[in-house]
Amino acid sequence: MSFEVLLFYFLATVMVGASIAVVALRNPVHCALSLVLTFFTCACLWLLLRAEFLAIALVLVYVGAVMVLFLFVVMMLDIKSLPGREGFAAHLPVGLLVAVIMLAELIGLMGARKLMSGGPVRDAAAEQGLSNTEWLGRTLFSEYILPFEIAAVILTLAIVAAVALTLRRRPNVRTQDPAKQAAVRKEDRLKLVDLPTQSGSKQP
Amino acid sequence: MITLGHYLVLGAILFCVSVAGIFINRKNVIILLMAIELMLLAVNMNFVAFSSFLGDAAGQIFVFFILTVAAAESAIGLAILVLLFRNRATINVEELDTMKG
Repeated sequence: MSFEVLLFYFLATVMVGASIAVVALRNPVHCALSLVLTFFTCACLWLLLRAEFLAIALVLVYVGAVMVLFLFVVMMLDIKSLPGREGFAAHLPVGLLVAVIMLAELIGLMGARKLMSGGPVRDAAAEQGLSNTEWLGRTLFSEYILPFEIAAVILTLAIVAAVALTLRRRPNVRTQDPAKQAAVRKEDRLKLVDLPTQSGSKQP
Repeated sequence: MITLGHYLVLGAILFCVSVAGIFINRKNVIILLMAIELMLLAVNMNFVAFSSFLGDAAGQIFVFFILTVAAAESAIGLAILVLLFRNRATINVEELDTMKG
């Protein structure tokens, strides 16, 4: 066995073990950290497939942003109020049964034995003398420019939706209103009063 | 030698683990969201494997879009979760039966 095959089996074992830990561990923080390990190992496997750009994007987007968001939410919620594991033992046999049957069907449908006899991984980018990122970029910004723009719109929509959902206005709380502060005029705040001077008083 | 079949079987195992996870953790919304992320990762694995072995860029472009949609989905999902926890003080799926569906 070559080094690459050994590496593949090692990474695959780590990945499957970490994904089982995600669904089986008790503490949601541990689950989120196992999910980080799963994503990172997946990025390593994608490097083996010569998909460097997506591997780095996975680490940046998932490990860097999405999982931090997950951990933030898990830690912001009260851990003690999270539901326990009452139904764990009851649902375990059904879940395992469905998963095993599904796996058998998937592997049977794929004809994995036939696929195992296929050729090695091709590096199509290197065949054209390009790097993986350049190869993807040329395709993305020519054939797939409209889906790319739509993806940008979807991301903007997600930001607006997330902010709009979590924004709240509480009554009886004193806050500043910058628009009101900026729009204030002199007449609203300042009142000029003519005070009559006392006629008999002496100026010092 | 590693072939396409190895990666497809790995993706199938990952997908089935996350399906089992949805079955056994049906009370905790956070774990359910994580299991959905795992499913998307399994699908992405198949896309990247096909793309690399067939030498076609379309698969990797699709993974790019799936990553975008998954990031948007988890942002909105977690926002809904925070809102839910603020209003009901629980995220137990069994207690979220306002709509009596």
